[in-house]
Amino acid sequence: MRRFLLPGIVALLALLPLLNLLPEGHPIRVSDFVVSVAGKWLCYAILALALDLAWGYAGILSLGHGAFFALGGYAIGMHLMRLIGPRGTYGHPVLPDFMVFLGYQELPWFWWGFGHFPFALLMALLVPGLLAFAVGYLAFRSRITGVYLSIITQAMTYALMLAFFRNDMGFGGNNGFTDFKELVGMPLNTPFARSVLYFAALAALVGCFLLSAAMTRTKFGRVLAAIRDAESRVRFLGYDTLRHKLFVFVLSAMMAGLAGALYVPLVGIINPGEFSPANSIEAVVWVAFGGRGTLVGAVLGAFSVNALKTWLTSFAPDLWLIVLGVLFIAVPLLMPRGLVGMLRR
Amino acid sequence: MTGEGLYLDGVTVVFDGFRALNTLSLLVAPGELRAVIGPNGAGKTTMMDVITGKTRPVSGIARFDGHDLTRMEESVIANLGIGRKFQKPTVFDALTVFENLELALKAPRGPVACLRWRLSGAARSAIERTAEQVGLAERASDPAGRLSHGQRQWLEIGMLLMQDPKLVLVDEPVAGMTDHETAETARLLVGIAGERSVVVVEHDLDFVRALGCRVTVLHEGTMLSEGSIDHVQADPRVVEVYLGR
Repeated sequence: MRRFLLPGIVALLALLPLLNLLPEGHPIRVSDFVVSVAGKWLCYAILALALDLAWGYAGILSLGHGAFFALGGYAIGMHLMRLIGPRGTYGHPVLPDFMVFLGYQELPWFWWGFGHFPFALLMALLVPGLLAFAVGYLAFRSRITGVYLSIITQAMTYALMLAFFRNDMGFGGNNGFTDFKELVGMPLNTPFARSVLYFAALAALVGCFLLSAAMTRTKFGRVLAAIRDAESRVRFLGYDTLRHKLFVFVLSAMMAGLAGALYVPLVGIINPGEFSPANSIEAVVWVAFGGRGTLVGAVLGAFSVNALKTWLTSFAPDLWLIVLGVLFIAVPLLMPRGLVGMLRR
Repeated sequence: MTGEGLYLDGVTVVFDGFRALNTLSLLVAPGELRAVIGPNGAGKTTMMDVITGKTRPVSGIARFDGHDLTRMEESVIANLGIGRKFQKPTVFDALTVFENLELALKAPRGPVACLRWRLSGAARSAIERTAEQVGLAERASDPAGRLSHGQRQWLEIGMLLMQDPKLVLVDEPVAGMTDHETAETARLLVGIAGERSVVVVEHDLDFVRALGCRVTVLHEGTMLSEGSIDHVQADPRVVEVYLGR
């Protein structure tokens, strides 16, 4: 029975955009809204999976994973901005609207190459990976763990948010990027593009899940679990725990970057709000709610908490942050092993 | 069995004017099982610290198979084949007994090597042999978190054995164990010796008797008496400082 659970869920998710193609008014037709919301959740599930690798397995509680997600989103956002070309309000052949508005004469050097999709996709993985390498190396080498590490990662995403809010950073400041026209020659904001992006996110989620599952079943996965439970003992056995933690943290950041890169074309906007500390905390709540250290739990948590959020914000948007705070405290106390832990019992 | 074993001669350690070890001499032959007893503060733990490189003596000789232990880093000494089991067992609760032993097995330790690691037949049988040796063969697929206190100590000894040490230092292994577990531990340590030297520091004299080996009595940082358990228990100096109280 359990063997068919995951393929069954994937098959169901794959069916959604197909049901969207049915004629309007058909009893089992799925609306555009549902497809785009489900697509967003798929990206969130990838982010949750990434966080579960770092936190659930290696015990690295990152409260800044939203930053890796946002950086991945910005990388693909820069590509989407470059593709607008002369179709912008100001009609400049090269510069995006906000640069014209701010009086830029030429494209800043860090925008070079983003006209090419493969380059932008590569950067969506590399930039979060490099940031995770730098922050992780400094923190793990100084043997910073637990709550101190969480605070550092939280500060990291907050600092990035403030930096990206600034107009002279060259990333559109407050407004970020939006009004995207196309991606790989495909006009966005069409049912077809939505389905393609949805399937891309679904394929990425399945791929990341299989990769994570395979990795955690190796001895590397067991070393991570051992590090989580008694790091000094692992060191005493002759393992250089810095290298293992860095490896999983960088991989996790790249996965989060990929999630962000898939997310931005789907929602059609990226702004510094994505770096908000609350976003990273939300991701932690997804994983805790679903059950950390299980992978399946991360995916289930992302779906269920976001379902709750979508439902709640439709009539009481002010309540959401309060509910999030309650979940943050109540879940570890009342269901320390999450949904999956409760289901398995 | 090659090498000369463990050789301590005239080892003196001073902490803030206090002589924790005072011209201590001790010889443990390859394959020998040796018990070290003595009242609190006799220098038992300091002796272990000198052997594992944690503490440097101010004078004296400490050698293992001809290597000067007073000049080597802790990790280098560990790689020479000297393994130490601390009092408090730390095993990985989330992992099974088998997986705990597998992590301790000598193998490349990097992340990529661990990702590509495949359990060979030889590795599997080495792990199974050790599980058998420490009496946990039937618990091999149980999480270590479900083991009793005594079994955790055995698993810890097993993890030490996976690193194939030539000399095993065991610090108070039976503290907190039931009588049955204590007897099992004595049998286990006797079984380990022979292939390698084992030095056991212990308070429990019934346990030391069960080991049936040569006993060294420490007092105020120096060797007070040495011989069979009957011999040292009959030694009037030993009776005076330790056993008689």
